[in-house]
Amino acid sequence: MIKIWSMKKESLATAGDKKKPKVSAGQIRVQKDLNELDLPKTMKMTFPAPEDLLNFELEISPDEGFYAGGTFKFSFAVNGNYPHDAPSVKCLQKIYHPNIQADGKICLNILREDWKPVLTLNSVMVGLQYLLLEPNADDPLNKEAADDLRNNRRAFEQNVHKSIRGGSVNGVAYDNVISK
Amino acid sequence: MVDTQTITDHERWAGVYKLLDRTSRIHPEFEPQEEIKEFIKTCKILVIGAGGLGCEILKNLALSGFGDIHVIDMDTIDVSNLNRQFLFRRADVGKPKAVTAAAFVNKRVQGVTVTPHYCKIQDKDEDFYQEFALIICGLDSIEARRWINATLVGMRDEDNPDTLKPLIDGGTEGFKGQARVILPGITSCYECSMDMLSKPTGFPLCTIANTPRLPEHCIEWASVLEWSNKHGDRKMDTDDPKDIQWLYETALARAKQYNIQGVTYSLTQGVVKNIIPAIAATNAIVAASCCNEALKIATTCAKNLDNYMMYSGNDSVYTYTFEHQRKDDCPVCSNSSTKLDFRGDKTLEEFMDYLKEKPDIQLKRPGFAVGGKPLYLQAPKQLEEALRPNLVKPLKELFSSGDEVTITDSTLPFSLQAVVTLT
Ligand SMILES: [Zn+2]
Repeated sequence: MIKIWSMKKESLATAGDKKKPKVSAGQIRVQKDLNELDLPKTMKMTFPAPEDLLNFELEISPDEGFYAGGTFKFSFAVNGNYPHDAPSVKCLQKIYHPNIQADGKICLNILREDWKPVLTLNSVMVGLQYLLLEPNADDPLNKEAADDLRNNRRAFEQNVHKSIRGGSVNGVAYDNVISK
Repeated sequence: MVDTQTITDHERWAGVYKLLDRTSRIHPEFEPQEEIKEFIKTCKILVIGAGGLGCEILKNLALSGFGDIHVIDMDTIDVSNLNRQFLFRRADVGKPKAVTAAAFVNKRVQGVTVTPHYCKIQDKDEDFYQEFALIICGLDSIEARRWINATLVGMRDEDNPDTLKPLIDGGTEGFKGQARVILPGITSCYECSMDMLSKPTGFPLCTIANTPRLPEHCIEWASVLEWSNKHGDRKMDTDDPKDIQWLYETALARAKQYNIQGVTYSLTQGVVKNIIPAIAATNAIVAASCCNEALKIATTCAKNLDNYMMYSGNDSVYTYTFEHQRKDDCPVCSNSSTKLDFRGDKTLEEFMDYLKEKPDIQLKRPGFAVGGKPLYLQAPKQLEEALRPNLVKPLKELFSSGDEVTITDSTLPFSLQAVVTLT
């Protein structure tokens, strides 16, 4: 391999100044991710400003699981360092869910510790849908909801049923997110 | 019978050490060193693809003394592979190629460790590829090659020599093949030579729909027209035998109707997957060349190929070696972008059709943006609808002459930055 290193130095000398593309690699990657999306029927996207690809919303209407019947809105904000940084995703409604906090914070591994640049916006969307299908009681943000899920699945189901219709659970009022 | 346990390293690798223990008048720079022998035993080398070429490459590397080989392949073994993919047996049909090939070589060649990765190359991130000294590709997919090429070019950090990963790319198509050495960012890359590839030949849609004459027309009709009628938006999976069976039966029924002979299951598979019959000898010759280059690069015992060897066995045995030049406007390894001229009064849709046809670009479902603002994207639906009116607008209304248009497409490893001069 020795020879290659010396070649490398020659090329360094002749490389000159590197002309970077005007658009950030992150922006191009978002364009690519979006252009190749193939959304299932349970998902819908909205672009408040279609000329801005870095900020948009996603609606998920699960057709099975605890949260079937509701429509859940998430905001996506992608920064210029994407895909090195994960997109930042928030839930726009106040919902009763073990892994979603009242202020919209979401506990999803691929949005944080398990994010890798090979993942795409599609991976995140699939991850969010999965979170609605299979809430994870072992890694909670809403501890009460997680306890309910772990201790009494039936009661948890009833709590979800009530909360997504705008009811209160454990003294906390949630948003009505029933699909129109 | 020889007791394999008693063979010393020196006896085992006598053939290889003939190259590594001696100086050469042709290549006087080479100095034999014990470290070099140690290096090939311990350096990590990645083989991409465990098919026709991959089996040959794995066998060659193991028998050349490489000790730490990894292989990545997402496919499982099909009965039709067995005639040339000699690391597989009938009982292996259905098993992952990477796992089976690795197990075979590990068992057969003492002292070598082959580690399998049964997944797509895209499932692995840069940290994974960073671990290897050298990468050899034996792939039949252009898209996969473009991906690994762009990834390795993108990974190179000029200030860190370890990030330079030599890529040896082998390819075969029937009686033709090539082996090439790509030093990302230094020599011409895979993307630089995209214009050497001819556009895969489709069949005229009107003929397919109305007046089929060939068995291929019936198969194209089934896959292009009937598929969406019967299956809606469901994507065809050309690796799924059920989908191929459906296409075969549908094409066969149409062939009967038009009195056309020759629709078979394997032809159906060939047409929809764009398969050209694989020739074992071509694989052997190209793989030999690839592994020869791997040994030369890893040990520096001889000057490596610079940088493209093409082989043709069509009429005789013919090889031609030349230095493929870097493309100044290669969208992957060059920093300047592609330049295009197009009439400003033509619409975005006409521009898109032009890019789909252009042999060195060949887009499928491109998306367009200028300065981060989208002009047109194929998905998601809501955005596509919002941007659709732009398709019928003339380019001069959408951007100015000399603007850089960012084009993305599933066939592009990343993007194409096109400086478009409106005429
Ligand atoms: Zn290039």
